[in-house]
Amino acid sequence: MELTLWTYEGPPHVGAMRVASSMKDIHYVLHAPQGDTYADLLFTMIERRGQRPPVTYTTFQARDLGGDTAELVKRNITEAVERFKPKTLLVGESCTAELIQDQPGALAKGMGFDIPIVNLELPAYSKKENWGASETFYQIIRTLLKDKVNEIDKINPQRWKSLGRRPKVNILGPTLLGFRCRDDVIEIQRILSEQGIDTNVVAPLGSSPEDIERLTDADINVCLYHEIAEISCEWLKRNCGMEYTTTIPIGIKNTINFIHEVHEKLDLPLTNKEELEHKSKLPWYSKSVDSNYLTGKRVFIFGDGTHAIAAAKIAKDELGFEVVGLGTYSREMARQVRAAAKDLNIEALITNSYLEVEDAMKKASPELVLGTQMERHSAKRLGIPCAVISTPMHVQDVPARYSPQMGWEGANVIFDDWVHPLMMGLEEHLIDMFKHDFEFVDGHQSHLGHTATNAPDNKETKHDQSNISIQEEKSILWTESGKAELTKVPFFVRGKVKSNTEKYALSKGLPEINDETLYDAKAFFG
Amino acid sequence: MSKVEFNKETGPREVFCGLTSIVWLHRRMPDAFFLVVGSRTCAHLIQSAAGVMIFAEPRFGTAILEEKDLAGLADAHEELDRVVNDLISRRPEIKTLFLVGSCPSEVIKLDLATVAEKLNKRFLGQVRFVNYSGSGIETTFTQGEDGALKALVPLMESTDDEKLLLVGTLANNVEDRFKKIFNQIGITNVESFPPRQSTELPKIGKNTKVLLTQPYLSDTVRDLKHRGCEIIYAPFPLGVEGSTKWFLSAAEAFKIHELKVHEVIAPLANRARQALEKHTEILRGKKLFLLPESQLEISLARFLHNECGMELIEVGTPYLNKDLMDEELNLLPDDTKIVEGQHVEKQLDRVRASSPDLVVCGMGLANPLEAEGISTKWSIEMVFSPIHGIDQAADLAGLFSRPLKRNQILTSKTLATH
Repeated sequence: MELTLWTYEGPPHVGAMRVASSMKDIHYVLHAPQGDTYADLLFTMIERRGQRPPVTYTTFQARDLGGDTAELVKRNITEAVERFKPKTLLVGESCTAELIQDQPGALAKGMGFDIPIVNLELPAYSKKENWGASETFYQIIRTLLKDKVNEIDKINPQRWKSLGRRPKVNILGPTLLGFRCRDDVIEIQRILSEQGIDTNVVAPLGSSPEDIERLTDADINVCLYHEIAEISCEWLKRNCGMEYTTTIPIGIKNTINFIHEVHEKLDLPLTNKEELEHKSKLPWYSKSVDSNYLTGKRVFIFGDGTHAIAAAKIAKDELGFEVVGLGTYSREMARQVRAAAKDLNIEALITNSYLEVEDAMKKASPELVLGTQMERHSAKRLGIPCAVISTPMHVQDVPARYSPQMGWEGANVIFDDWVHPLMMGLEEHLIDMFKHDFEFVDGHQSHLGHTATNAPDNKETKHDQSNISIQEEKSILWTESGKAELTKVPFFVRGKVKSNTEKYALSKGLPEINDETLYDAKAFFG
Repeated sequence: MSKVEFNKETGPREVFCGLTSIVWLHRRMPDAFFLVVGSRTCAHLIQSAAGVMIFAEPRFGTAILEEKDLAGLADAHEELDRVVNDLISRRPEIKTLFLVGSCPSEVIKLDLATVAEKLNKRFLGQVRFVNYSGSGIETTFTQGEDGALKALVPLMESTDDEKLLLVGTLANNVEDRFKKIFNQIGITNVESFPPRQSTELPKIGKNTKVLLTQPYLSDTVRDLKHRGCEIIYAPFPLGVEGSTKWFLSAAEAFKIHELKVHEVIAPLANRARQALEKHTEILRGKKLFLLPESQLEISLARFLHNECGMELIEVGTPYLNKDLMDEELNLLPDDTKIVEGQHVEKQLDRVRASSPDLVVCGMGLANPLEAEGISTKWSIEMVFSPIHGIDQAADLAGLFSRPLKRNQILTSKTLATH
């Protein structure tokens, strides 16, 4: 039993709903009690969908449990098939139905329908949402293609040459309630088509069962989100030899690497190599002089595996930040995230507890947080600027404007989204510097708001930006000159300077910290 | 009784379960914690309904059952013990801890009553434990509050003092307003249940007269009756008419002349009717379809028809207690079609076929109906907004006129002239 006040991922059947709702001509009969219908609002409210998710909830009640719940399942399946006429039917159960073991999938298969039926077994007491989405996508592909893959030859990624057509790829992994998937797909298709590469099928988002059946018309697969599509890509590779790309095209370097990987797999010459560097404004913006102040900014990163790893790479290599924390709630991607953290000489944080993340964030004393909506709230409480890089989705993460994370435009979006909160941070510094000037109006309030300072029920003592609060429990005494010197340090590095100086003083056995100690520590840590 | 038409329907539903009521119950009692014993689905449901992220640490959470908890119930009880211990050491300010049963905990027959009893002994004088079920196999949305209040009834001490007890969660400002008006009428000993502090439960007994503020409290009412309380049957205090009759019924029970009530209420009612006018202009003659969710539907239908002039196509309700709703049903126009229960697909067919001007429905259905060109009002707003009482009548009407007004602005002007 795990005490959970908030969870990054929903249950696995919500993952299945994400796949079902992303597709056309599919219906999902979910053996579940009435309360599970809350999941519809994730799609209709957060994504502002104008259609209901294609889901029928069997709505069993306590009084049904003594009787025949299997009949109830069959009745709902019959009605759903008649009413919605799906071309493929998904059948599964939510957490409570799993306990009563009606096996709705097996029941459905025995009812004599002439449409493919996908039996979804998603263990609700051990797995979570992304796993459920991945498994559902895989089971749909397997059900619809398992006969076909036995009949066709292994797919050679270079076959497009002998077939006398342009190379074609599938883009696999985007779903509803995935972070900026809607726009990533457009961006990636644009990039591929500039290289003379056609898109065969995008799935699950926008695809139909017929589209799934023609996945094997493509030469290779593009695995856009490991969490959702890796298992499916692996199955297609094993069963029909389809190669797939593993580079996630987020950031300039990885977009270029992705384009190289696609070309290599297809054996297609890359003709516009030099142009690629100039496709996005990020490299120049990052190089331009006013970006100097970005150097060595301490960032703390937490999100799903795909976005967290990508963010760490961009932060370090493309914006010149220092990554001081990296973590994920995606247990399925723990290995990759740990490897990425190791490259940065830090230890990865793998957890589903937002309070643990908040603690780690506090300890790392970053100047910027890249996280989920929950980290945005934690950072706000701590008075640290934050940009959102990952699911779970919030209505703010479905902007009206085109706003991908991937490819060239994605890099532009990332530059703006990550740097603007920091520039606000700089503005904060100016406010701090000039607040004693007579022109300064008292009402000019910080964008960080007063949520952190004023919240009376906030248990955390926030690091105050204008005053230096020297904690009483610390055995080391700050002298007046030490305190005065510390106030001269810009607020956004002050916390770090303070803790470094104390660490230094402790290690040297100093009884107190004066202005000189600050400089000694500064020289010591470099 | 008027000749309303009763129908029952079963089938797939589109409603919240009783766990959702934690969202307003925890706000009403800031010294209580609600611990759901359930699955990741329960946790996800509550956080999706409640906007949990704004809290540093919310006063509700879920003890998520894992595979090993399902294997042996004895272990599950121990595990729950451990979780509760952790929680209490983390949140020492908690005075009452509600153990809330869910669909999975009910199906595996986790005995929360026994767990609560044991914990009560251990934490005697520090934290009080009560249990109820908010499971979706037994309760719909607001029925969760019924379960929580029913669980508190045995903890209420006895008294023979005469008092008026308002039962059902109210917004604090509305509660204050009601108490002031009752005072002016001449009823001075007025208490509320649930109280603002979970430890300050009102005392009850044979001279307690219970006046319901919410229509969904059937089980709580039954237990209050068993404790000797007298139930005042009245329409619910929504709109000028409902609120006036509600005050009158209370006055009658306290043998206060109705003239006294009218004297106090008349200026308020006049003011409210004037404020209503600008909404009535928009609502009059418009066709209304209410889908079942909160059990407030019948009272809302009565208000929107009688005071705002709307035509009622269908009034859905998840559950109908004819005794408690008798006074309301009498106020509905003849031939009002009431449907208890739901087959969401068939009901949506009827929505489309009847081309309503406004549909009251859950959040899962609102945008899809809007996309079909049908204006909607989310029913969840009724349980989060202060809508009770004469002073709130215009605000209540405003919840329904706003979508129609918006629709008018967006379609007739913007699209036609630009």
